[in-house]
Amino acid sequence: MRARVSITRFVIPLVAFALIAVVFAVGIKHSPEVGTIVSPLVGKPAPEWELPLLDDVTRRIGSKDFRGQWYVLNVWGTWCFACRQEHNALLELQRTSAVPIVGIDWRDDDAQAREWLARLGNPYAHVAVDHDGHAAIEWGVYGAPETFLVNPAGIVVHKQIGPMTAEVWRRDFASRLPPPRRASS
Amino acid sequence: MLPELGHFALILALLLAALQAFFGIVGPALGRDRWTSATVPAVAGQFVMVTTAMACLVASFVRFDFSVRYVAENSNSALPLFYRVAALWGAHEGSLLLWIFLLACWTLAVTIGSARLPQRFAARVLGTLGLVSFGFLLFTLLTSSPFLRLEPPAADGNDLNPLLQDPGLASHPPILYTGYVGLAVAFAFACAAMLEGRVDQTWARWARPWTTAAWAFLTCGITLGSWWSYYTLGWGGYWAWDPVENASFMPWLMATALIHSLAVTDKRGLFKSWTLLLAIIAFSLSLIGTFLVRSGVVVSVHSFAADPTRGIAILLFLVAIIGSALTLYAWRAPLLRSSAGFELGARESFLLFNNILLVIAAATVFGGTMAPLIAETLHQGALSVGPPYFRPTFLLPALPLLALLAMGIHANWKRGRLGDSRRMLLVSLAIALACGLAVVFGAFADRSVLALAGIALGAWIILSSSVDPIERWRRGLSLSRAVLGMTAAHIGLGVVVIGLTVVESYTVERDIALGTNGSAQVGAYEFRLLGTRPVEGPNYSAVRAEVVVSRDGHRLVTLYPEKRQYWVRRQVGTVAGIKNRYGSDIFIALGDDLGAGRWSLRAQIRPMILLLWLGPILMALGGFVALSDRRYRAASASAAARVPLAAAAKEPAA
Repeated sequence: MRARVSITRFVIPLVAFALIAVVFAVGIKHSPEVGTIVSPLVGKPAPEWELPLLDDVTRRIGSKDFRGQWYVLNVWGTWCFACRQEHNALLELQRTSAVPIVGIDWRDDDAQAREWLARLGNPYAHVAVDHDGHAAIEWGVYGAPETFLVNPAGIVVHKQIGPMTAEVWRRDFASRLPPPRRASS
Repeated sequence: MLPELGHFALILALLLAALQAFFGIVGPALGRDRWTSATVPAVAGQFVMVTTAMACLVASFVRFDFSVRYVAENSNSALPLFYRVAALWGAHEGSLLLWIFLLACWTLAVTIGSARLPQRFAARVLGTLGLVSFGFLLFTLLTSSPFLRLEPPAADGNDLNPLLQDPGLASHPPILYTGYVGLAVAFAFACAAMLEGRVDQTWARWARPWTTAAWAFLTCGITLGSWWSYYTLGWGGYWAWDPVENASFMPWLMATALIHSLAVTDKRGLFKSWTLLLAIIAFSLSLIGTFLVRSGVVVSVHSFAADPTRGIAILLFLVAIIGSALTLYAWRAPLLRSSAGFELGARESFLLFNNILLVIAAATVFGGTMAPLIAETLHQGALSVGPPYFRPTFLLPALPLLALLAMGIHANWKRGRLGDSRRMLLVSLAIALACGLAVVFGAFADRSVLALAGIALGAWIILSSSVDPIERWRRGLSLSRAVLGMTAAHIGLGVVVIGLTVVESYTVERDIALGTNGSAQVGAYEFRLLGTRPVEGPNYSAVRAEVVVSRDGHRLVTLYPEKRQYWVRRQVGTVAGIKNRYGSDIFIALGDDLGAGRWSLRAQIRPMILLLWLGPILMALGGFVALSDRRYRAASASAAARVPLAAAAKEPAA
């Protein structure tokens, strides 16, 4: 025998779950990609930095040299596994994009770093060395690789934690840059 | 070779899980007994394959096989053996494999433990578990195989996340997962019952020990996690209402409700459809927990491995599993009727209130955890709620729950009079209040109503729970393990309540800056920094401070808080210096180098914090004792005791 019971209240859980699933679906759509941890630095002036160059430690390079132009700052090291992963993407960017990539070689051995760049190719316009990690601390670096986009006014526009890929570049970096003809001026 | 073998074993496990699900669900549905009986071999085969895959991954870690991507990403040649094994669950892919492995273990345990269950019912349980396992295996193979090779192989690995390089955390995920996955068994029992179209007291008796076991593991896992965050994260907090912590707490709350609802179904044959729903929700929340941690939907300190593309796959899986279970519920639950009534003051009412309050508590936690997501969905911008939301909203259902617990233990089934227990309850309440007043005015001399309420409630629960067992023991009567376990768990809860109240109300915390030989007074204790020196670990270098703690001029202990810099990831880890003294912790964590030999330090005096760890241990222990009770082992499949539910509809449901 089948009792005549209103099934409405037994459907409520299903409806509630459907609503939650919709919220999750929207959440996924809006969720930040891997590694985009909101940095307190984004939207603020980049820290003032000045570091010796890898090629010639007697010369120094710093934020002053990049005033008035877009640049990408990439923190890496030969000890860093994910840096090896993103290396080819950086090489590709150097070929295709007009924005200079500045490397900060973080807590690394200079000889190893030179050997690495000679062997794998050098995607950087300049490589600065940060032996004691002070500059990285200034930039709030949590773990290599990290990549920052800085605008001509010296404001950090975006920060990427984790390897750079063509996809990340197109979505998070290229979209924030002005159209190519102005960027290359 | 090993990674390929592991991958292949996973594919075979997937096929076997599909067979297990098919034979287990379709066999009984079509009445084909030979199909039904093929379920158990499929379970065994799947277990062997999953274990093989696990072994292959462990071996790759142990043998430093950096040609395996997952190994290269999560270990290093300097990583000690213990952590190379623990690195298995250091990130997403391995955690999933661990999930699958534990599910295979539970399934095997159910197969062995259910030898006395009717064959069709057991097959349906195993079939449901096979379906869950199939989903996880498919997800792993399609989106997150841990066996992918790296071309070219890495020279060395990227090391394990330093936060995970700690004995507490290394053991926390497996135990927590055992609890999460254990809820799948309760879920499978519920689905099998719905497929059969009947739920009765025998069913509840079968489901109870499994649910209790999952709950006890969950209790241990949450406690371990809390303990770990207390002493390694460096900020001395044991609970932050972080989304991932909530993700483990919500299934626990629902599992607690389920245990109590199952008790009513077992003893009185009531709350049937409600019990089923709780079983579904409890497991759903543990799946959603996995989803929250792994998808990156909610950003948290715990999300070591978040990835939204996987999030979509997990969401589809969630919708498939939970959606079909709830559909089954909407279809079958209306057929279930309870055939008995009870009075307002009866134990059933107390347990009903217990369930309602626990569900409200879980709902407030769920609401808070989801708030950022909901706000985003409604385009209300970024919104996040923290402890200021969770603390008061959680206390709202929790306080009446505790008070009702102290009374409810003495209520009788069916009858609504407390009778003789009334005097005892009043006396124990008076003693508990006296204890509370003594602590609030005596030991700490700080008058807070909430502190008084917390301590008195905790003490009342302990007194009220122990009266009956002590009485029986004095009279030389036997005590069943079920009662003993329940008593232990309730006393454990009382201990936690007291511990939480005291720690929350009377912790003294100060951030201090000290130079060499500088000292500062925190609470009754004086902290003196003797100096710092560098130390080397197997895969990190650290600064270790030497801090002498004294009280009234007497030197008590020297603590050595450390700040570690892990070589490979260049990540900083903190190890606090902690001394437990009469159940209270003296805690010191090393902060930043302020230059010129000065360091910032965080000092805390956390009174009676030991109770916070002892209580849950007692609760979990109680769970394990209760589930070893004879009545569960003797629960045999006597068909006579099973009455079709739809036929027994006489009185309105509770």
